[in-house]
Amino acid sequence: MRPFLLKGGRVIDPSRLTDGVADVYVVDGKIESIGHNIEVGLDADTIDVTGRVVAPGLIDVHVHLREPGQEDQETIATGAMSAVAGGFTAICSMPNTDPVTDNQAAVGFIVRQSIRAAKARVYPIGAVSLGQRGEQLAEFGELVGAGAVAVSDDGHPVVSSHLMRTALEYAKVFGIPVADHCEDMALAKGGSMHEGIVSTRMGLQGIPSAAEEIMVARDIILAELTGGHVHLCHMSTRGSVDLIRRAKDKGLRVTAEAAPHHFSLTHDRVLGYDTNAKMNPPLREEEDREAIRQALKDGTIDVIATDHAPHHYDAKEREFDEAPNGIIGLETALGLGLRELVEPGLLSLPELLDRMSTQPARVFNLSGGTLAIGAPADIVVFDPARRWTVDPTLGFSKSRNTPFAGEELPGVVEWTFVDGRRVYRKGSS
Amino acid sequence: MTSPLGKDLIGLESLTPEQIQLMLDTAEPFKEVSERSIKKVPALRGKTIVNLFFEPSTRTRISFEFAEKRLSADTVNVASTGSSVSKGETLVDTARNLEAMRIDMVVVRHSMSGAAQFLAERIRSNVVNAGDGKHEHPTQALLDLLTLRDRFGRLEGLKVAICGDVLHSRVARSNIWGLLKLGAQVGVCGPPTLLPRGIEALGVTVLPRIEDAIEWADALNILRLQLERMQGGFVPSLREYNRVFGVTSERLDRAPRDLVILHPGPMNRGVEIDSDVADGPHSVILPQVTNGVAVRMAVLYLLAGGSPDWAAPPAGEETR
Repeated sequence: MRPFLLKGGRVIDPSRLTDGVADVYVVDGKIESIGHNIEVGLDADTIDVTGRVVAPGLIDVHVHLREPGQEDQETIATGAMSAVAGGFTAICSMPNTDPVTDNQAAVGFIVRQSIRAAKARVYPIGAVSLGQRGEQLAEFGELVGAGAVAVSDDGHPVVSSHLMRTALEYAKVFGIPVADHCEDMALAKGGSMHEGIVSTRMGLQGIPSAAEEIMVARDIILAELTGGHVHLCHMSTRGSVDLIRRAKDKGLRVTAEAAPHHFSLTHDRVLGYDTNAKMNPPLREEEDREAIRQALKDGTIDVIATDHAPHHYDAKEREFDEAPNGIIGLETALGLGLRELVEPGLLSLPELLDRMSTQPARVFNLSGGTLAIGAPADIVVFDPARRWTVDPTLGFSKSRNTPFAGEELPGVVEWTFVDGRRVYRKGSS
Repeated sequence: MTSPLGKDLIGLESLTPEQIQLMLDTAEPFKEVSERSIKKVPALRGKTIVNLFFEPSTRTRISFEFAEKRLSADTVNVASTGSSVSKGETLVDTARNLEAMRIDMVVVRHSMSGAAQFLAERIRSNVVNAGDGKHEHPTQALLDLLTLRDRFGRLEGLKVAICGDVLHSRVARSNIWGLLKLGAQVGVCGPPTLLPRGIEALGVTVLPRIEDAIEWADALNILRLQLERMQGGFVPSLREYNRVFGVTSERLDRAPRDLVILHPGPMNRGVEIDSDVADGPHSVILPQVTNGVAVRMAVLYLLAGGSPDWAAPPAGEETR
């Protein structure tokens, strides 16, 4: 692999709180040096990235890759390709595959497929319980040994408080977080959108915010009881933010993520019964959206994670109640972060990149999220000023279920490198 | 031909007061058609209408069918059982196949909110919503409005209390929009478990007890209590519901004025409404049904591009 120099870009490294125009020199897949007038080898390529941002590759701790089981919706290869096109160099795949990723062979399969794909790094998340049935703990030790970085029954909550307690306790042995999908199933039953004035108008059964908040409160209490690390997936309500803030004030090991759609959209987007606005947790109200934005600013919510959830066209092309939950998100996350958080002046660009790279790496104990000298060269280069129009037919995911089709977003990803390998180049992939 | 209503009738929420008024006014001449010995006008001759009922219905389906036949349309009824729907065909495929047979209108009843709009966005034919889930049932609200207007001579300033399971009711939603747009005041009354949280934001008054509704209103529109609501834990028992929220003659006797009683049917006698109220002098439950045919004739006629002035030619002209 030839060494290369990224010349003249705005280099932002949230892990070291640096931000300024500099050159980045990559040798043998590692960051060799950052500075000016770097002396490069004769065989080195020079890439002019003037006017572009050079940052640690983005990391998404919450994606659904559908392989094995639903390869018509996504595969590990197409998901990993979509990731690098969105500027992500690492993604964590949820275990609600078919069969469920609840054993070391299943974890190993995902690792092997991701190596074959050779795009973004794919870190498997193992199941909390066998078959995600919420009954018996999966073998965390074997999962971690095969490459899992966390455990989760995502798609479902861990309903049993006893199981959640034991999972949090047992996970401490391996230093991994237990990522929970917080939903009181009895309260949410039958619901297909947020319970509020819009659900009343539309005649759709609502999911109250309390359905999420009850489980957030429970998980925080269990984190306190066990000292375990609970990671709260896709937070969507103001009440959840309040609970997390208090837990963090107490010093509990609680981390949380929010999805771009929850800081971009509200339940008004469901008007018209667009099934691409159907997700779980549902789009909430303006005050919730604002609370999520503020929580991303002050660090109450640690990371932005997409909850990338591909679904086949046919599955979404039906009655709202019958359509599955979720949207794709890997290729729109950066643009939404820029448009919704940076452009209005809420987050600085380094803060956005922190929530999308450095913090995810920290929360899930992953490599990456840094441009430290000697670190693997997982790098994204993007043009923050250039705008593009979302066209799902041009995306790299196998699925097209996005509510952002036709919208204009800032931030064009031009290059993505993993271990110094060029895994994405705008217009040439 | 674009009608003054647009392509479809999905709900009253999106309509203007003038459009709603137009449908009511157009229904007036059609009332008379049903009183003739030969109940037919040629307004929709040559038009093909499919009644696509994914949910059981007697009253609404028959009412639409009479309306269509009295307008001389050709009609086909499709029920979900015994059709390709029961073989797993999707809604959009069913609709596209019907349209491939060159139809003009679809009247659709479906158990899921949004189904009528979903269909309307995907086919060229006019779509009339005959009830979609808990969303809207516009022709039911129109016939309620027409019946109230017949009785009171006006809708503006009228106080109408919608009583019962508002949470699950498409009739309630369509009535709220229609009444508010035409200047009536709307109250809702029922157990808090069956009222949508925050419904005041729609501009209605929440009346906590049935006695409050009776004291406040000029007319009560009493919703059917679905028997499965007990399993859902919304009400403890039918007996208790009747005791706390039932409209009984004892309660009505204490009203400051005579209340007009509406019910969209089918009734649970002795649950939400007592028999002597349903059959009493102030009940307009059967006139509602009669008006249903006229209102549906008006809706179909207008959607087909008919001019309000031409709604029903005098008797004699249609007999050929």
